[in-house]
Amino acid sequence: MQHSVSIRDLSLNFGQVKVLEHLNLDISQGEFIVLLGPSGCGKSTLLNCVAGLLDVSDGQIFINGRNVTWEQPKDRGIGMVFQSYALYPQMTVERNLSFGLRVAGMKKDEIEQRVKRASEILQIEPLLQRKPVELSGGQRQRVAIGRALVRDVDVFLFDEPLSNLDAKLRSDLRVEIKRLHQRLKNTMIYVTHDQIEALTLADRIAIMKNGVIQQLADPHTIYNKPINLYVAGFIGSPTMNFLDGEVIGGAEPVFKTNDGSLIPLKTYEFETAPAASGSKAVLGVRPEHITVGEAAKAVPYSTEVEIELVEPMGSDTLAYTTVAGQMVTFRAESDIDLKSGQKVLIGFDPGRGSIFDTATSNRI
Amino acid sequence: MSQTATISSAGPDEKPKSDSRVEPRGPRPKPFFTPRKIVIYSILIFACLYFLFPLYVMLTTSLKTMPEIRWGNIFAPPIEPTGEAWVKAWTSACTGLTCQGLNPGFWNSVKITVPSTIVSIFIAAVNGYALVNWRFKGSEIFFTILIFGSFIPYQVMLYPLVMITRELGIFGSLWAVILVHSIFGMPILTLLFRNYFAALPVELFKAARVDGAGFWRIFFEIMLPMSLPIFVVAIILQVTGIWNDFLFGVVFAGTQNYPMTVQLNNIVNSAQGSPEYNVNMAATILTGLVPLIIYFVSGRLFVRGIAAGAVKG
Repeated sequence: MQHSVSIRDLSLNFGQVKVLEHLNLDISQGEFIVLLGPSGCGKSTLLNCVAGLLDVSDGQIFINGRNVTWEQPKDRGIGMVFQSYALYPQMTVERNLSFGLRVAGMKKDEIEQRVKRASEILQIEPLLQRKPVELSGGQRQRVAIGRALVRDVDVFLFDEPLSNLDAKLRSDLRVEIKRLHQRLKNTMIYVTHDQIEALTLADRIAIMKNGVIQQLADPHTIYNKPINLYVAGFIGSPTMNFLDGEVIGGAEPVFKTNDGSLIPLKTYEFETAPAASGSKAVLGVRPEHITVGEAAKAVPYSTEVEIELVEPMGSDTLAYTTVAGQMVTFRAESDIDLKSGQKVLIGFDPGRGSIFDTATSNRI
Repeated sequence: MSQTATISSAGPDEKPKSDSRVEPRGPRPKPFFTPRKIVIYSILIFACLYFLFPLYVMLTTSLKTMPEIRWGNIFAPPIEPTGEAWVKAWTSACTGLTCQGLNPGFWNSVKITVPSTIVSIFIAAVNGYALVNWRFKGSEIFFTILIFGSFIPYQVMLYPLVMITRELGIFGSLWAVILVHSIFGMPILTLLFRNYFAALPVELFKAARVDGAGFWRIFFEIMLPMSLPIFVVAIILQVTGIWNDFLFGVVFAGTQNYPMTVQLNNIVNSAQGSPEYNVNMAATILTGLVPLIIYFVSGRLFVRGIAAGAVKG
């Protein structure tokens, strides 16, 4: 099957600094890919390479089966939306939308038609005669999306498009982008450092660190089966709880915490069977997978802890405590009354957790 | 009410003691006569007088007749104000061998200033734009060399430039002065434009490239419309600089094309009979008028934020 975008063995150096190293990524037709990572991980750089705004040091880029490694941005069949919107300040919205088409020398009525269609889709028709200064942040970003839309491209590139908006607008526009994708069915590559955006929008997420893709998978897998400690710690808020200890293999594998308590791992699906002699490992459990009170008796492992701090979040409550000498956060229903100093029974199913090798920090 | 200044005993009905005995509320009062303000304003007023007084003397002297000037009372206002000196300065004062006043010099200066300003600013704008947005191999070195050029004193280059223009066959013509001014404006103007373009969001440039625009299209349709403030600054710099120039005018222009500054010098320094102070003053003011007008007209344009709202919300 032909890939919509295919990145092969891509490397990029700025002088001595290696920003991207032998990166491979295949994106299917109509797929929504999110590049997720902290700032400086090379995700925006990768997007700029795909757009043709940066020359690559090595490797190839294919769009719709065509090698575009040496092509100009305009010839690649891409549209790009920037974080700062990058609207041409001296042009009206209409002129902004039509700029690319005018550059391409398109006929007037065709331009008019396309601008009309794009502004209908994005509901910016009343704004067409305004200048960017007169628009709100959300409206500006919509115009920026429209500028990619009118060009009728195969691939949309988004470079942190929602980062400049306030929280409310961000979630509104997020839904709109998802809706747009469902309607247009274009391939979209979306760069963000916001994991909520990544989890909600993506068909697949590529988590990047230091120019290398750590894990490329659908949001469900990323969230439930992170491939290494980095991904496990990066995804999820509040972050995953990590318990240091030892994995002891055998017929009934157990996880031995530093203070000697044993956590049965019968429900855990190992990628590779652990050694019977035991090896250093980290057990990761998400705060929302910890059960509290009576329900904790039903899961494979439970223990009584003293609550140290409580943060009511409205929909639920975060509580901080200590298990085996290590800090643990858990999320409880808001109707369970928790107070600091209170002793409660908490438990979890290790089968929903993740175990990582301490030495390699990879999932086992 | 207690007259003690202790705060500890202050009850709810007891107002804090202050000089005016007014409860603080609303905008803080701003007294005008504070020591600080008195010092600042006296310095400012003194500085104003210091700079304005010579202008006053020039203006009044230029409006007087020669007999009145000979009385020697230079601070007195003119008894019978007359524009004769101004007319003479413009039309019939002797500048060396010819006696046509400053009029031809003015037009020479215009012929030099307008093309030099346009050429130098246009080239510098393109330079700055290319240096920021179209980095090429060695662009940093190129820029460094260009900037280094602004530190070399004119005197060093004068003679080589005379030889170059002579070889080009334009020495002693307006073309030579225009060329020299355009070259010397380049370093500082390029620096100016480079810094301005570097401050514009680079994403605008990227967006235009994705939209398919090329070098000139982005320059003329995206960058130039956003650069009015820096153009105003560049125009002020160049017009005043070139208009006030004496050295290049006297060296390269040739006797027929002397700019206004050179002719002014010739009027003031001509040693025929007694010096006509009123004509000299009028001629000097006339020569300085163009830069003065430029400052007044363009000052307001500085303030306009043209790029405002291009990015962020």
